[in-house]
Amino acid sequence: MYGVMIALLPALLVSFFYFGIGSFIVCLTSVVACVFFEWAINKFMLGNKQNTILDGSAALTGILLGMNLPSNLPIWIIIIGALFAIGVAKMSFGGLGQNIFNPALVGRCALLVAFPAQMTSWPIPGHLFDYTDAATGATPLAVMKQAIKEGDVSVLDQLPDAFSLLLGDHSIGGGAGTIGEICGLALIAGFLFMIWRKIITWHIPVSIIGTVFVISTLLHLANPIYADPTTVILSGGLMLGAIFMATDYVTSPMTPKGQLIYGICIGLLTVIIRNWGAYPEGMSFAILIMNAFTPLINNYVKPKRFGEVPASK
Amino acid sequence: MNFILIAVAVLGAIGLIAALVLYVCSKKFAVYEDPRIAQVNELLPGANCGGCGFPGCGGMADALVKGADAGSLDGLLCPVGGTETMGKVADLLGMAIANGEPKVAVVRCNGSCELRPRIAEYAGLRTCAAMHACGAGETACGFGCLGCGDCEAACQFDAIHINPETGLPEVDDEKCTACGACVKACPRNIIELRKKGPKNRRVFVSCVNKDKGAVSMKACKVSCIGCGKCEKECAFGAIILENNCSYIDFEKCRLCKKCVTVCPTKAIHAVNFPAPKPVVTIEEGKEA
Amino acid sequence: MTSKTFRIGGIHPEENKLTHEVATKVAALPKQAIFPLGQHIGAPAKPVVQKGDKVKVGTLIAEAGGFVSAPIYSSVSGTVFKIDTAIDATGYRKPVIIINVEGDEWEESIDRSDKLELVKDHPELTSEEIVNRIKTAGVVGMGGACFPTFIKLTPPPTAKAECVIINAVECEPYITADYRLMMEHADEILVGLELLMKGAKVTRGYIGIETNKPAAIELLAKKCEEVFKGSEYNVEVVPLKQRYPQGGEKQLVDAVIQRQVPAPPAIPVNVGAIVQNVGTAFAVYEAVMKHKPLFERYTTVTGKKLAQPGNFKVRMGTPMKELIDACGGMPEGDNKLLAGGPMMGKALTSTEVPICKGTNSVTILSGDDARRKEPQPCIRCAKCVGACPMGLEPYLLAKISEVKNWEKAEQEDIVSCIECGSCQFTCPAHRPLLDNIRQGKATVMGIIRSRAAKK
Repeated sequence: MYGVMIALLPALLVSFFYFGIGSFIVCLTSVVACVFFEWAINKFMLGNKQNTILDGSAALTGILLGMNLPSNLPIWIIIIGALFAIGVAKMSFGGLGQNIFNPALVGRCALLVAFPAQMTSWPIPGHLFDYTDAATGATPLAVMKQAIKEGDVSVLDQLPDAFSLLLGDHSIGGGAGTIGEICGLALIAGFLFMIWRKIITWHIPVSIIGTVFVISTLLHLANPIYADPTTVILSGGLMLGAIFMATDYVTSPMTPKGQLIYGICIGLLTVIIRNWGAYPEGMSFAILIMNAFTPLINNYVKPKRFGEVPASK
Repeated sequence: MNFILIAVAVLGAIGLIAALVLYVCSKKFAVYEDPRIAQVNELLPGANCGGCGFPGCGGMADALVKGADAGSLDGLLCPVGGTETMGKVADLLGMAIANGEPKVAVVRCNGSCELRPRIAEYAGLRTCAAMHACGAGETACGFGCLGCGDCEAACQFDAIHINPETGLPEVDDEKCTACGACVKACPRNIIELRKKGPKNRRVFVSCVNKDKGAVSMKACKVSCIGCGKCEKECAFGAIILENNCSYIDFEKCRLCKKCVTVCPTKAIHAVNFPAPKPVVTIEEGKEA
Repeated sequence: MTSKTFRIGGIHPEENKLTHEVATKVAALPKQAIFPLGQHIGAPAKPVVQKGDKVKVGTLIAEAGGFVSAPIYSSVSGTVFKIDTAIDATGYRKPVIIINVEGDEWEESIDRSDKLELVKDHPELTSEEIVNRIKTAGVVGMGGACFPTFIKLTPPPTAKAECVIINAVECEPYITADYRLMMEHADEILVGLELLMKGAKVTRGYIGIETNKPAAIELLAKKCEEVFKGSEYNVEVVPLKQRYPQGGEKQLVDAVIQRQVPAPPAIPVNVGAIVQNVGTAFAVYEAVMKHKPLFERYTTVTGKKLAQPGNFKVRMGTPMKELIDACGGMPEGDNKLLAGGPMMGKALTSTEVPICKGTNSVTILSGDDARRKEPQPCIRCAKCVGACPMGLEPYLLAKISEVKNWEKAEQEDIVSCIECGSCQFTCPAHRPLLDNIRQGKATVMGIIRSRAAKK
């Protein structure tokens, strides 16, 4: 748990740098609320003698939930989100290790559906001392959706180029987003750290990003109203989702082959929802849908048993 | 108005067709089941504990009806429902039942924490099965109760609990239905189903240690040392000494308790007997 | 040198080979030797001596109790004290023969000289004669499993042996007995290998050694070159990557000849390999060439807090206490006494347990090492799946065993588990995976046996 938090540090620090005090408040509230709810539910509703808040999972859910929210979200909404994430998505299934769906994503999607206006007003980076009254703007994903809807390629000129998306420098307009998805480079740094410390394996992030890249390339070549693949990968919650949310141990398959299937399906669903669905961002829904399929994947995709390999001498 | 009529008519037609299809299917694919099975099942307690030896009350009902057709209900007893339930079932099926003696689970070990000292600490998975596979346990007796509660976990009637002070299981004879789940769960066969006895009284040897006397005494103060005094004392031939451990046959035991008095290690227990009256001695020649 | 390894799973526990360079000492004779009758897989041996009988070193004291069984020979000279029960390595009291030690008189038939006997000098040694001598001497697998060796050398008609693989891997942490044996008796081991190959009627031999023993690899490779050059035998020393459980029979076969033994009831000989521990090869040499039955072995006595850990050439029947005392006594504080290594060894509650045919090590874990950590909930991290060398899913097997769903356990191939402990070692939540899987495996194997018996 704590290893993942260290991996998230670069992305968090960059976000605080770009979004200022708003992002800090959102993340802090989220962490405090998640830890509090886990403690309270454990103590008062479940009557557990041991409290599990020190294993870091509630705090990690808090950080990830915070990173999925816009930095101008009011505190009361964040608390409701934390209650949903911990209470409904995690504790009601039996606590650590028993949940089917990723708690942070359940919290985020619940908020998206319940408070669509507040959840889709994205502050523009650079206004460091504004919180709920921060100036808002369109995200790259919203721009891409508009291009597809209008069938107009010129709309895509509003997008920042891939390099600025990578670094997170959205000063060239049209560059808002959730707290965590801003800087691709910081997220990649976190990914490399987790690979080095053997916290996660490469299968899920690479299969998700690879699938999205391939499909986006095909679409872009077929019709230029679809954005080019590098922009697609670097925009929205794809990097954050692929590296930190989809790789959650509890909700992802247990075998490398299963993880590749999982990743490919998430990539496919993300592209479909982004391009032809109602929402501009499809990552959270794609991951949640595939979380539901994880037990099925686990059941049918078994590791290669010793002795199944015929003599290869 | 037209729309409403059309909607009603269409939906009504769909409903009729569906009903017809369901009726035809239920008749064509019907499985014949003897109606008595359902009736007997109603009378059974519905606990599905398996104590009768059949898979659930449904299985028992099936067996009872088959038994009735074969001519006898011998060997079929629901331990949970007892004689009362069996009587009702027998009446329904028009049969007579054999009277079964009520039984109860008896824990044949008295090696509490105090009487059987620990010589090691077990730090593995705390189930009796795992500890038994690992070795003799935390004491020097390789036959005695391990105290991890596999019996408690197996009981569906809340009738057996591990006493935290003694580390041994205790059976609640009111709740025990003698279904045998704890007997199967115990890896050392310490629990036995014995006759409940008149007024709930019974006598049994509370030890299953098969080591020689000197060895078992070192391990536990109240173990059976295989001295044979009880076997000699019993006038009814109810006690057998085998493998350094005595066993009382509950069919033959008359509850006279002579064996209890002669046992040097107090390994034989007499349960639910009244306390002996205090003996009053009258001295010669003294007036009250 | 490039080294091979097995293809699925594996872990890297700390080596802790504290006694790597400690030369073997001959252990002092005990005052009383205890011989459990069940020192091997199969039926326990039947005593042929009684109280008061005088025995010498090498006298038969118990004969084989069936086909899958082995005889037991006295490792001491003296008087039979009694035939009783005592705690053995299973943790329970089992029938044993106890002998009071008097002097050190050996049977005359045993050749005690140091002369290296070669197979080519003994034309009377046909395959059948070799297997017979191994059987009479009571040689069993010395790596710990104690399977009677003569049975392994005569495979069933459905299987054809193609090679003999010597297991000199010693992948378990702490244990160094096999390494010392190789460094000190390499010549005899190679003769033993030749005997095994001749007994099994094969001409191909391999010696698998882990790369953490470079001196042994070099020594044996050189000697193999000298000894087998120009002969009908083709023997190769195979360096193997340092990984646990490299020394597991099936993993060794996979690493050396790249063939995977299918699920039980298949055994290595079904893919043509006969695997024997290097200690067994040495015992075979002594049994066939020196007419010395199996009553002595190399054992490591080790532990971080032990004052002088060492390797011993010890007579079987010596209580562990004597060896531990020779190493400085049990350390202060809480200790876990293991017969075997820390991965597959068995924890004991008494130091009076004797050294038996399969006791390759006495390991003492002290203090924090002796205790387990508190288990946390399973977070489905799948590290156990990655570690399992048999390609199983330990988290699933443990859960299924816990809820006693034996049908599903059988479907999930629980009987393929080799009980190596890699899953429990790797689990970051310290869950008792192997404890549960062992229960499940034992129950499912019982169900399979009773199903076969009913047929």
